[in-house]
Amino acid sequence: MRHTVDDDRGQVVARRPRSVLGRRARRRGVGLAALALAAPLLAACSGDSGPPTLNWYVNPDGVDTLGKLAEQCSTDDYDIELQLLPTGATDQRVQLARRLAAKDDSTDLMSLDPVFVAEFANAGWLEELPQEAADKATEDDVLRGAAETVTWDDKVYAFPQWANTQVLWFRKSLAEQAGLDMSQPVTWEQVIDAANEAGGKVGVQANKYEAYVVWINALVQGAGGQIISDNEAGKDATIEIDSEAGQAAAAVIEQLAGADAAQPDLTTSNEGSSLGWMYPAEGPGEFMVNWTFVYKNYQGLVDSGEITQEQFDDLGWARYPATVEGEQSKPPVGGIDIGVGAFSQHPEFALEAAECVTSEEAQVALAVDEGLMPARNSAYDSPKLAEAYPKDLLELFRDSVDTGGPRPESAYYATISAALQSVWHAPTSVDPDSTPEESADFLRDVLDGKALL
Amino acid sequence: MSTSYVATAGEDAQAKKRGKKGAPSADSERSRGENALGRKLVAPAIVVMLIVTAFPMLRALYLSVFNYSLTAPEDREFVGLQNYVTALTDPLFWRDTGVTVLYMLVTVAIELVIGFVFAMVMHRVVFARGVIRTSILIPYGIITVVSGFAWQFAFSYQNGFVNGWLPFLEADFNWFGDSTPAIIAIMVSEIWKTTPFMSLLLLAGLAQVSEDMIEAAKVDGATWWQRLWKVILPNMRAAIMVAVLFRALDAYRIFDNIAVMTAGAVGTESISFLTYRQTIEQFQLGIGSALSVLLFLSVILIAFLIVKLFKVDLAQARQES
Repeated sequence: MRHTVDDDRGQVVARRPRSVLGRRARRRGVGLAALALAAPLLAACSGDSGPPTLNWYVNPDGVDTLGKLAEQCSTDDYDIELQLLPTGATDQRVQLARRLAAKDDSTDLMSLDPVFVAEFANAGWLEELPQEAADKATEDDVLRGAAETVTWDDKVYAFPQWANTQVLWFRKSLAEQAGLDMSQPVTWEQVIDAANEAGGKVGVQANKYEAYVVWINALVQGAGGQIISDNEAGKDATIEIDSEAGQAAAAVIEQLAGADAAQPDLTTSNEGSSLGWMYPAEGPGEFMVNWTFVYKNYQGLVDSGEITQEQFDDLGWARYPATVEGEQSKPPVGGIDIGVGAFSQHPEFALEAAECVTSEEAQVALAVDEGLMPARNSAYDSPKLAEAYPKDLLELFRDSVDTGGPRPESAYYATISAALQSVWHAPTSVDPDSTPEESADFLRDVLDGKALL
Repeated sequence: MSTSYVATAGEDAQAKKRGKKGAPSADSERSRGENALGRKLVAPAIVVMLIVTAFPMLRALYLSVFNYSLTAPEDREFVGLQNYVTALTDPLFWRDTGVTVLYMLVTVAIELVIGFVFAMVMHRVVFARGVIRTSILIPYGIITVVSGFAWQFAFSYQNGFVNGWLPFLEADFNWFGDSTPAIIAIMVSEIWKTTPFMSLLLLAGLAQVSEDMIEAAKVDGATWWQRLWKVILPNMRAAIMVAVLFRALDAYRIFDNIAVMTAGAVGTESISFLTYRQTIEQFQLGIGSALSVLLFLSVILIAFLIVKLFKVDLAQARQES
């Protein structure tokens, strides 16, 4: 098998057919033995042991395609080797942080959740992209929501590789039954009322975890507010959640938590647990905010015979609901950015490799094979992608990423997120009059080191 | 390091001449030479110990007076004892301390009883001695994380067997959904895992009890119960107290089972886990270090209390006296 792929600069990078693991493992074994036996000699005759290996730490999403990208982007100068991070976002962050805090020079490339970029960049763990690469990473072709995630303090620290976003998924029959016109932007209030009326559910993610903060952030931004501002000030950032926008967000959560349309497991709901209510054994289905993987997920159910084609055709999608009437919603933006380790021994190679694995072709491959949506505008026009997804859905994804709102960038993001979860969970106890204020006070105390989290 | 040596008549006379009572004369040439050699021999070990224990401890002490996040190294500021004040006035700290003390008291008490039974079995068993001793010790040979996972599966309502075995529970009872059952599950795993350690220490104590005394008690007509309470237990008091001391200090630092089984959710968090979250997950090195210093102090306090309250003589337990 011989593949070629055009990289960003139009060069053709050849991929050598080989058994990657076998050869690398062998080489590493030989390397270790050599090191132990002949360390002094090595210094004299280094350079003969083949091209250096760049370690790329990836999260376990779409590993097959990432493996192909690693091979395609390996050149005569370097080989890219995948290193798998744990499944949980917290564990991924902790593992990378431990390496980088110890100035690990074998961490060359990293798949980063957008919220890690500011934290890592501020800690001095990420290589700042040189002007040319920075322009490339944030050029006009890159969707705005994704481009915002790689910038910290006016500098660029990563390349967006793919972008995730949430849309409102629903059963067309349910919306019709409730008389909700889905061709117009809808508000959370309308969605909850409609589901209540028709006996359906509203699926969200409200367990005490990161995705709950994603929801809160989208609600606050949808009301024109933000959780913090003056982010660069670190722990002295201005806390904005105790505002009308914060209250509007809390009002939505309160309304849903008290409604019949809430999932029974609302307080522990996650991306997976809300999927089941779309095609329940009994009942009209649900409205659900969820990430882009949902389309392929339900399509797979048709293939496995769990739902019929007719039921699948009943699946509708619309822009993320607005928090307040008349104000455009800010859909959540997630995805993965590729950063270069600040202590890498081969930063130039790593930069080149990072650019290659985030190229338009790479993004199309990730989208078509893995359902991970592109962060580049042009990738959405790929004919291959048009075969895999309905045109209007692609348009919706693209538009959502372009006009969506990322979570707050801050060196203290982990603290901010945990503090919010601590006060806003359980959703059943959220009160617009007290929760935003309480969470603002608590966050202030935690950032000042006056309260434990 | 206790040096035993037999004083020669000459040395004895010298000591008397200088008006010093008691055996080893401190400045006899030979003992001075031995002491000097002893110091030289232990010096490397002391240096290594200082590097691996004293340095991290002093470093933690130093970091604990800063408000310092790993992701914002430039914002680091000296805050004095603020971190300690924050920790000691925070309800979360006291809740976690309470939970940790609960873990310690319950697990050590139960382990002491079961461990003693196991020790008796290992001590008295007349057949298949090797097999029985080995099977009692197996749990201690299993890594705590593995034992944590095993018990998590056992307690799981989806694929565990515990709910099926307990007739008074619903089949879908979620052990990890609420504080009390989750804490019980964690304790069970902890007890299962460390009871063998307790019984090993107690077995050593049992072996110390002289058979003659037990025989004598028997001849005097003491019942089994009386022999246990009046002869065996008092004679192995030192071993029991050492076992309690070691296990209590261990139990106070409980971490693995909590991390595996609940990740600190539903109020099962211990002080170690709180410290871990601040330092490793939140990157808050300042408050995290302050918490670890407090943890260290509480461990010292517990050790001190046990040693003082029960008048444990560590030297006696090691049969050095």
